[in-house]
Amino acid sequence: MLPSVVVMEMNTTHQASGPVIRTAGLTRHFTRNKQTIEAVRGLDLEVAAGELVAFLGPNGAGKSTTLRMLTTLIAPTAGTATVAGFDVVRDRAAVRRSIGYVGQGNAAGHQYRGRDEIMCQARAHGLSRRDARTRTEELLEAFDLTEHADRPVAQLSGGQRRRLDVAIGLVQEPPILFLDEPSTGLDPQNRVNLQEQVRRLNAELGTTIVLTTHYLEEADALAGRVIVIDHGQVIADDRAAALKSALGDLVAMDFASADAARAAAERADRIEGAQVSVTGSHVALRAAFGRDAAPGLVADLAAAGTPVTRIEVVGPTLDDVFLDLTGRSLRETSTTTSTEGAAA
Amino acid sequence: MSIDLAPTAAPAPAARRARVDSRQVGLLADIVNVLVRELQPVLRQPASVLFAMVQPLVFLGLFAPLLPDTPTGSALQWFVPGIVSMTALMSASFTGANLSEEIISGSFERLLVSPVRRSSLLIGKALREMVPLLLQTLIIVAVVTPFSFDLHLGGVVVGVLVLVPFSVGLGALSLALAVAAKEQSWVFWTVQQTVIFPLLLLAGVLLPLDGAPGWLRTASDLNPLSYIVDAERALFAGSFPADTVLSGFAASLVVAAFGLWVGVRRMNRAS
Repeated sequence: MLPSVVVMEMNTTHQASGPVIRTAGLTRHFTRNKQTIEAVRGLDLEVAAGELVAFLGPNGAGKSTTLRMLTTLIAPTAGTATVAGFDVVRDRAAVRRSIGYVGQGNAAGHQYRGRDEIMCQARAHGLSRRDARTRTEELLEAFDLTEHADRPVAQLSGGQRRRLDVAIGLVQEPPILFLDEPSTGLDPQNRVNLQEQVRRLNAELGTTIVLTTHYLEEADALAGRVIVIDHGQVIADDRAAALKSALGDLVAMDFASADAARAAAERADRIEGAQVSVTGSHVALRAAFGRDAAPGLVADLAAAGTPVTRIEVVGPTLDDVFLDLTGRSLRETSTTTSTEGAAA
Repeated sequence: MSIDLAPTAAPAPAARRARVDSRQVGLLADIVNVLVRELQPVLRQPASVLFAMVQPLVFLGLFAPLLPDTPTGSALQWFVPGIVSMTALMSASFTGANLSEEIISGSFERLLVSPVRRSSLLIGKALREMVPLLLQTLIIVAVVTPFSFDLHLGGVVVGVLVLVPFSVGLGALSLALAVAAKEQSWVFWTVQQTVIFPLLLLAGVLLPLDGAPGWLRTASDLNPLSYIVDAERALFAGSFPADTVLSGFAASLVVAAFGLWVGVRRMNRAS
């Protein structure tokens, strides 16, 4: 948890003035064994100040490659990107001063100590020795690390190390924070804590946050805006709720017989925009406001002589959205690396 | 450029509030910051330096007694400057292993995204090599002085100065190798081991090359470490033959210049 005392100490005034991240035709190819892999293909994106954005997609979709271009770690093959108004190729130094970065690994070296590492990062950002020391203590306290500050990082727990990573990323109060797969390897408790920190940082400081994840729950719970990336391209970009409501609820119904199911499906098909499928005595209906239509539908079917024996209404998940967009489930694809997929 | 989320007119909410405002750091301060960070593990755990001393002390204890005394002095007098050079070679060439570890753990990536200049990152890390060089020379000399080794302090001090650029340059090469190897640290170890032993043997550290066949002598002449070891031997014996010392120092500077050039170039392309 980010204690409120620190949040109050950090200043929260924030001007929303145009996009802080803008990409145009951003492209990155990798050449491996004389084969060109198009990891990111012509990305056009705008992120406004104060947004909390999640890049969602399977491994190898191009999320991390995009993040690495935006954080100046790798140069684009083609296209341009500006972060905080600075070009990620021509003005790398200014971009680096403007952003916080929490990578997939640990920010603090394992043979170093937490306090020393935060201090070093503060000095790298040009804070005076005194300011750096004050800031270091502030962050250690904010992330509940004070008592672990003088132990070698290698001896810290996974959760403590992750808190240290975030603390180091926030050393200069960056207006933009990038997090690459922030909760990978964390236990559920620490994952929730981290998400809470990220949310508060965004809500209370107005920090623009861009994170990548292949956890649907994380994108759903955390991000105001979800950008679904697959094969190096944006395939959907909207609020999580909007992505899901566009897909609609699933109304699953069972009937006494296959005949009854077929008859019921015909009636159900009259609901506007509904997609209906029948399997044996089972009818699956997907419609934008399925949960609102369900009670009326049940009454209607009973009156028509084909009563529903069992009904289940399920709200759409982001996985359903991904499945609908790509024909693949993110849960399945996320377990396999699909660099080949990115090349296809 | 300044990143300041705070409105300039607003008073600081708390007295202990740090003024946070990322700004460009001078080159020297940038290098010092990296160097200070590099020295922290050494300062916090001095035992790690002592651990690296095991190998040279084993050579001194188990190999030196096998060497016959030379007409000009004791075997130890001939062997110690070689062992000091060997320690410098080993220690500096290992330094990339620490970077390999940082590449795998992720802390290197954080530094790459930070405002620290790439060149500062390399130079700061390479300059670190001066510290183990000093400490290790100190320990070796302290250990052998009670035995048949005549300490010529002036010579030893100049000898260390001659080794400094070599250590820094070789450290830079080792870092460049680690950056090139990326997460595959076995590449680092393979190359490091393949390069180190020929350099060591061709410099005549363990055995003199006086009776060596011509091709071996030619190879030895191409090895910068040969000139450095010759200079160290003269200096540790308390003599200052200008040409030997100068060629040793020149060879050391060549390694430094080449190492830093390669290292900075490689570091600039690190991702």
